[in-house]
Amino acid sequence: MGMIIELRHVALTYQSPDGEVEALKDVSFSMEEGEFCSIVGPSGCGKSTMLSLIAGLEKLTGGSICIDGEEVRSTSPKIGLMPQRDQLFEWKNIWDNVTLGLAIRHQNTPLRRAHVKELLERYGLSAFARKKPGQLSGGMRQRCALIRTLATDPRILLLDEPFSALDYQTRLSVSADIYRIIRQEHKTALLVTHDISEAISMSDRVITLSGRPATVKAIHDMGPLRSLSPMERRDTPEFHTFFNSIWKELDINA
Amino acid sequence: MPEQLSAAPSPQRLAYLRAGRKRKRTIHTVQLLVLLLLFGLWELSAVLGWSDAFLVSSPSRIVSTFTHLLHSGNLWRHVGTSCLETVVGFTAGTLLGTLIAVGMWWSDFVSRVLDPYLVVLNALPKTALGPIFIVWMGAGTGSIIMMTLAISLIVTILNMYMGFTSTDHSKIQLMRTLGATRRQILRMLVFPSNYPTLFNTLKVNVGLSWVGVIMGEFLVSKAGLGYLIVYGSQVFNMDLVMTSVLILAVAAVVMYQLVLWLEKILNKHWGVIL
Repeated sequence: MGMIIELRHVALTYQSPDGEVEALKDVSFSMEEGEFCSIVGPSGCGKSTMLSLIAGLEKLTGGSICIDGEEVRSTSPKIGLMPQRDQLFEWKNIWDNVTLGLAIRHQNTPLRRAHVKELLERYGLSAFARKKPGQLSGGMRQRCALIRTLATDPRILLLDEPFSALDYQTRLSVSADIYRIIRQEHKTALLVTHDISEAISMSDRVITLSGRPATVKAIHDMGPLRSLSPMERRDTPEFHTFFNSIWKELDINA
Repeated sequence: MPEQLSAAPSPQRLAYLRAGRKRKRTIHTVQLLVLLLLFGLWELSAVLGWSDAFLVSSPSRIVSTFTHLLHSGNLWRHVGTSCLETVVGFTAGTLLGTLIAVGMWWSDFVSRVLDPYLVVLNALPKTALGPIFIVWMGAGTGSIIMMTLAISLIVTILNMYMGFTSTDHSKIQLMRTLGATRRQILRMLVFPSNYPTLFNTLKVNVGLSWVGVIMGEFLVSKAGLGYLIVYGSQVFNMDLVMTSVLILAVAAVVMYQLVLWLEKILNKHWGVIL
């Protein structure tokens, strides 16, 4: 069907000496190539866990996840993760940070390096390649984190509350910034966030989850908003309609 | 980030810098005065007969003992022996301890198995093992180094393992999504992020190794500062004991400073090393 991500009846139950914890139950949704989706849900409902499952970092206990028609068994070069906060390595300079994936995969070829150089150039970071992360602003660090993910050229980006550590002002501009880059690079993106307005302003579709055990409550298509930028979306009446309906959905369950 | 102002510093800035320098100078002067005062009183009490120089020695006696040692050519042999044993001890302790900590980080099973043994060995006063080493390895340098190793090894393992396991979980996840093997995670993330832990452990080990070396030399030795101290006390030559203790203090400080300096150098070129 041309779905790049497909989750079918995904379930995850943790075993511990104290008993079983059901984290996810019957989660099903799929994404088309080039789509931007967000997952929102009450805190602690297992949103981040879902990304770990898709990234192949954890094993599910029921159902299946397919990437590009292939079942997920371990981590894959098709998938790049943008973690909570930027997680840049403070002891490495920006260049060594953004080429981390290339070093790990032994892909430090002139072609790849040129690609990373171009990304740094395009997103205004080439002057900082020899600087340490501590010398950069929060927004620039986020961009570096994104370029580190883009360097290995994954088709899917998983964003795990990447802006949660930023203050409100920075957050607005950085999310618009990251949105623009992801669109420009034609990536499929799945964003986990607890910020409803962030989800609406960035995504094509917003998936809401219930509390534990998490399952899909509803999928909202942003329809008329899709063609607008995050900043433009915030000024439309639809934005508030979506916000209210999603907010109510989450509130009932909280 | 704070940008350096390129213009000439303001008068307030100059006054601030001047005050800072003055305060530093005052502190250094008082420190030196305290030292001179202590040694002066010590000397005075010996000269005026307030104390028995035979028991507490005196700075002038120490100086003459020191020059005597220096001219007899024995000084460097004793200092060299102790320093060598210490360096070998803390280097071996740090390396071996780190290696074992790596093994424990690698395998949770191994770390669980080792846990109770480490608890017992950590609680045990390591000097109690001295006589055992002497019986096994003979009265010599081997036993002394084993002693320093016993003292620093367990602390190193515990410190390094704690550091390794507290590596940021999100960073490990990130590396895994980039396709990193466990070996790469160790080399590129866990080890470099514990570089400060390693150096703190090394600094602690320098101190512990001196304890091990001096204890070892008390028990068995033919040379070294510990040997001089124990020999001096046995023949009731307190001048020799006091001189040796002072030399020991200087040697320990110099070695500690060298480690600090090494850390600074490596820190500067860290990107080059890994």
